[in-house]
Amino acid sequence: MSRRRVVVTGIGWVTPLGDDIEIVWQRLLRGESAVRPTTLFDASTFPTTFSAEVRGFELGKYLGPDADKHKDASRNSRFALAAATMAWRDAGLAGNNSLDPTRVGIYLGGGEGPIDFDHFVAAAVAGWDHQANGGRGNLDARKWVDRAVRELQAVSEREQDPNMAAGHIACQFNAQGPTFNTLTACAASTQAMGEATNLIRRGDADVIISGGTHSMLHPFGLTGFNRLTALSTRNDDYQTASRPFDQTRDGFVLGEGSGILILEEYEHARRRGARIYSEILGYGSTADAFRITDIHETGRGGIAAMRLALEDAGLKPGDIHYISAHGTGTEENDKIESLAIASVFGGRETAPPVSSIKSMMGHLIAAAGAVELITCVLAIRDQVLPPTINYRQPDPNCQLDYVPNQARKAKVVNTLSNSFGFGGQNDTLIAVACDREN
Amino acid sequence: MSSRRVVVTGIGLVTPIGIGTESVWNALLEGKCGIRRLTAFDPSGFESQIGGEIDSLVMKNYVPRSYLKSTKVMARDIEIAVAAAYEAVKDAGLKTKCLIERGEVQGPPNVDSTRLGANIGAGLICADLTELAGALATAVDESGRFSIRKWGSEGMNNLTPLWLLKFLPNMLSCHVTIVHDAQAPSNTITCGEASSHLAIGEAFRTIARGAADVCICGGAESKINPMGLMRQQLLKRLTTRHNDKPQQACRPFDVDRNGIVISEGGGLLILEELEHARRRGARVYCEVAGFGASNNTHSWYEPHPEGAGIALAIRKALDDANLKPDEIELVGAFGSGAVAHDLSEARGIRAALNARGSAVPVLAIKGAIGNNGAGSGAIDLGIAALCISQGIVPPALNADRVDPECGLNVVAGQPLKATIRNAVSTAYALSGGQNAALVLKRMEA
Repeated sequence: MSRRRVVVTGIGWVTPLGDDIEIVWQRLLRGESAVRPTTLFDASTFPTTFSAEVRGFELGKYLGPDADKHKDASRNSRFALAAATMAWRDAGLAGNNSLDPTRVGIYLGGGEGPIDFDHFVAAAVAGWDHQANGGRGNLDARKWVDRAVRELQAVSEREQDPNMAAGHIACQFNAQGPTFNTLTACAASTQAMGEATNLIRRGDADVIISGGTHSMLHPFGLTGFNRLTALSTRNDDYQTASRPFDQTRDGFVLGEGSGILILEEYEHARRRGARIYSEILGYGSTADAFRITDIHETGRGGIAAMRLALEDAGLKPGDIHYISAHGTGTEENDKIESLAIASVFGGRETAPPVSSIKSMMGHLIAAAGAVELITCVLAIRDQVLPPTINYRQPDPNCQLDYVPNQARKAKVVNTLSNSFGFGGQNDTLIAVACDREN
Repeated sequence: MSSRRVVVTGIGLVTPIGIGTESVWNALLEGKCGIRRLTAFDPSGFESQIGGEIDSLVMKNYVPRSYLKSTKVMARDIEIAVAAAYEAVKDAGLKTKCLIERGEVQGPPNVDSTRLGANIGAGLICADLTELAGALATAVDESGRFSIRKWGSEGMNNLTPLWLLKFLPNMLSCHVTIVHDAQAPSNTITCGEASSHLAIGEAFRTIARGAADVCICGGAESKINPMGLMRQQLLKRLTTRHNDKPQQACRPFDVDRNGIVISEGGGLLILEELEHARRRGARVYCEVAGFGASNNTHSWYEPHPEGAGIALAIRKALDDANLKPDEIELVGAFGSGAVAHDLSEARGIRAALNARGSAVPVLAIKGAIGNNGAGSGAIDLGIAALCISQGIVPPALNADRVDPECGLNVVAGQPLKATIRNAVSTAYALSGGQNAALVLKRMEA
């Protein structure tokens, strides 16, 4: 059976380590950390005071005068517009007049835009009636409305919708084809790229602007994750706080940003003489169907996703040269992901090297899978593996080769990238060198 | 190319005019309206004070006893999805973990859990404002102002540890997959009012390519909360002329329409591979025969004046189903009741269906149930599937004088008896620019 093949022809990202593909890649290979004290708001009294922020970001740098058209866009959408612009140019699609816009789609794992915090809070506090409800207090909807209509802005409310990044991108690049946004938490952009691959294979589109974008670096985002006790609280040693697979890990570090890849049908790319970075050969997607708070202890969902991706790719476990782990740095994820990888690939002797760039740029949530797939693509290009930094104390429950602390030259033809979402979505992609023998 | 065929074998609807497929269908045929003055909170300060509310959603009816505790961390949107999933699974005669543990059916399951997927559309779930405002109020300092330092050190501790999980959009499908033990691909589409169609379209493709045999798919959303209503007010989308006559408020394609009415609800359909359905002797409502999607590129927040994106989505869906425009015998329209959006949709439908566009009967149900956000499309599709299987089209409420500029043949007044072989259902996001269409086809006996 011959199916349409899907390749990566352009990449772009906005990350806590920067936005230039090559500069960020070199920083990753040098093992630099982007983790710093949080500056976007006053987080000094939160259980976690640090994060991996995107710094010095200006949309105009990428869009020039077009940035004005998108001046109302949320932080999420602006990251995505910038990353998409880089990827679009990188793919040689800027100024390309032969594209059929009805066959150019979008599939993002895009987060919701940050809540308009100060105004939202002002209205909420003004609407709270301390005396009501026998002194326990209650919301006075009437008082709330009076304040909310003065505080809240239509445009900023509209731009919070998670489908807005896709809407901006569609207008910027005249992409009229099928457009989806998925929000399966931390698995979103991997799922987006996997489903986009299937849309192209099926013939629903020839080119898809895919990937993810997210910023939960706002007071409610930090509140939510701190209440879940999912974040590292190593405030006095923040640069080493993200410790995937290390025995002393104590949670993930919140990051933000966007990764966008141009996925394209192989013949379409060949016809226009596009540079092909790699081929998306396999995708597996499952649900744990276990608990909203916990991963199934056997790792069954992750195991099934990896196996389905291998099957889809027509590869055996021994064919994979590198695994980009979900590797968040939480006790539970890293233990169960290691178990799942070992179940599919065998133990340290047979499993390929595994690393987590979250050790350096934190967890980009919905965008994490996209920046991680870009690092797989670059690992294939340059035959080198990015490290897991802050790895000092091996954990008896995590017994694989995590490429500790130093990048490593390696033969890299076939790579596998995992993303697991809060609540049980498991997604695996396999990106391989295109048209190269194993 | 030989592709696996996909059929609708279950419909689960949770709406302001009823819970369960039969009660919603009968209410529509009887011309009932679920729009009333809001009771969930005091609406008196809002410009629009009406909406579609669901009265009694008793969660213990929809989950196994062992899962009751988890219903405490469900936002309203999630509750609706879990109820709709139960209704859909039951309607399809599926034996899932939920129904077996509840003792309603005898095991073993008649669907392999690793082949049961979920694609559920979700909106931007509003935080429970009372819960959040109460917590925020504890972080007010001596000067009477909110202090983020006080919030970080103590105020936020007034929120339950699982607070975030009430509002993550993927929690609709997380809870549904846990309750029914669905381990195949599970996705959450967040594209406003187009979400359900996109989710169902993706489920259709997932089954066709062989990654699942059965999918629980559709969407759910509640806009019935102060923040949900405020957003629509700020965006000037609401009708504000009908606070004293809510039942006449939402007027799809009518010449006097002037805005949307907020609502809550959702629908989940059971999509199933045809042979899988036949083997277990399932009732088949209709076949899903085509899917198309598009995005507007002139603006990410205004409807296209000619409905170009909607027309493109319909054309793609027709091509996918290998049908010509004149083979379509019913259009299930989104019909929001918003002035510009309805005109855009109508023009898009007419452009895609050519000469048939102004003659083909149009189903429009928002007059009865309002705007269910990400849940809207699945309700529309469920009703369109019933139109095909029952041979009746329920009348639209309040489409008393169809706007000549819209120029559609909206079924109004009385139900229309008709044999419908092919129907197309459309949806679009009120902002964001996404459009989608699905073609449903009658099963020949």
